[in-house]
Amino acid sequence: MRPQTLSEQILSRAAGRPVRAGELAICTPDLAMGTDGSIPMALDYLECMRPGGGAPRFPGRLVFALDHYGPASGPRAQALQERARAYAARHGIRCCEVGEGIGHQLILESGAARPGLLIVGADSHSTSYGAVGAFATGIGSSDLAGVLLCGQVWLKVPESLLVVLSGSLRPGVSAKDAALLLARRLGADGASYRALEFVGSGVAQLDMDDRIVLTNLSVELGAKAGLFPFDPVTEAWLRERTMAAFEPVFAHAGADCAGVIDLDLGAVVPQIALPHRVDHVVDADAAPYTVVDLVYLGTCTGGRLKDYREALEVLRAGIAPGVRVVVTPASAAVAAELERSGMLAEFLALGAEIQPPGCGSCCGTCGIVPADGAVVVSTANRNFKGRMGNGSASIYLASPRECAAAAVRGSIGGPA
Amino acid sequence: MNILPMSGRARVLGDDVNTDYIISSRHKKETIDPSVLRAHLLEDLDPGFAASVRPGDILVAGGNFGCGSAMEVAVTVVLAAGIRAVVARSFSRTYLRNAMNNGLLAVIADTGPVREGEVLTLALDPGGRLLLDHQGGPLIECAPIAPFMVEMLELGGLVGYLRERGGFEGRP
Repeated sequence: MRPQTLSEQILSRAAGRPVRAGELAICTPDLAMGTDGSIPMALDYLECMRPGGGAPRFPGRLVFALDHYGPASGPRAQALQERARAYAARHGIRCCEVGEGIGHQLILESGAARPGLLIVGADSHSTSYGAVGAFATGIGSSDLAGVLLCGQVWLKVPESLLVVLSGSLRPGVSAKDAALLLARRLGADGASYRALEFVGSGVAQLDMDDRIVLTNLSVELGAKAGLFPFDPVTEAWLRERTMAAFEPVFAHAGADCAGVIDLDLGAVVPQIALPHRVDHVVDADAAPYTVVDLVYLGTCTGGRLKDYREALEVLRAGIAPGVRVVVTPASAAVAAELERSGMLAEFLALGAEIQPPGCGSCCGTCGIVPADGAVVVSTANRNFKGRMGNGSASIYLASPRECAAAAVRGSIGGPA
Repeated sequence: MNILPMSGRARVLGDDVNTDYIISSRHKKETIDPSVLRAHLLEDLDPGFAASVRPGDILVAGGNFGCGSAMEVAVTVVLAAGIRAVVARSFSRTYLRNAMNNGLLAVIADTGPVREGEVLTLALDPGGRLLLDHQGGPLIECAPIAPFMVEMLELGGLVGYLRERGGFEGRP
């Protein structure tokens, strides 16, 4: 048989026939997720597809996450959210409630994302699940409605770009820096329609948190999915979270790929994305000197325990006068661990503000909104103009450490 | 294809127009009704844009149109403004699928020569090639549209397709 990429193998199983890059296939996802940002519209589409809407084809394969909106989002957002909640309750769909955290984080934490699965999510950062060796991709609300109706989705099988990782990250450098460097090298559409398959000796040097950052940010390069191979790191991580069986899939040697990108992790230095583009990236110490107003630590990219541990190591030097630091843990479990470990108390003692777990301020739907003209340095994934709810703010993206350093100095770049 | 030929005024945008620019999430959280949201179309990029749109206009963009969030209001708001097609050098994959799923024609072509305000016509030639005619110059050949997409577009998108068929049976 012709050698297949990881993506082709997973999609072949989900399509029930051998498929190859470039083909359109009707696939049956093993898991589909939606959020309060996408589900209400999906329910409208479902109603148009089948008057009355009705029960989903496979309720047990769905997860709804009420993560984009919360009490701070206002009554209209909460009314939209209630539609998602009510549909989930009526049809026995697992629904992650407001305050439990970001859907992507909860699905990963619970072990529901497993190697070899096809996972679709009505949220672009669904690519995150590729960290465990799943093929995971973002869809829209109409696609989610189609999955509710018939349990299937049309997908074009992507070509794969191999990202060959070597070496290991140096002290003070994070997976976020490696991801931003990839965005810098490839551009915001450098992996369009393609799957990024991470391979090479550097893979073993990255823990699951690192891998989640890289697959999460794959979509910022236009990728359809980002996938890590299954290895002992994945296995140990999954064993802590689930008893469920899984069948890892391994790429065939000699499978066709669209290209190869070499990334020496040991050569990565801290990076920062300047407003208003994720691929407008420079070395962090080469950024123009800029005074910072707000430092944001959270989101599905940078709101996990490791992120806070790394940020806190730097932040202990104290927050500069005039800088607001906001912490939004990615999940209640992350928040609980912050509390148990004493890190939460440290953040509070330093003067940071804590928001409830969830998407928070990432896309301006819940939580604090930057002031007019504010300069924000964030662990998030996007810095588009208006992204955090104010078009006059300027958002810089960096690793948790660099964000914390900006809070301590009260500025980014140098020399000043 | 039953939706072709199509003519309209070119509204030219740049590269990497993301979905947050097309419609901000801060408006989406208030309503998902595209007839309301259309007043904010491309607001963060050009506050005057929404008011200047005429029904039948065709959006013309550079590369990576619709990057960022997969939110589908970024398509329905365009349709609600009376726009029936977007021609771009390339699309983000989620925008392309959301567009086709909603019956918004997403056409890939070299848009470099197209100027703001030109009258555009999208049509199939006798050989089935999709061509973009613009006042300013020679015909531009567009990327072919997959047969499944054509079938879906003719039924008004995925909603029409699944309403009619109930599923994807008979499709590999």
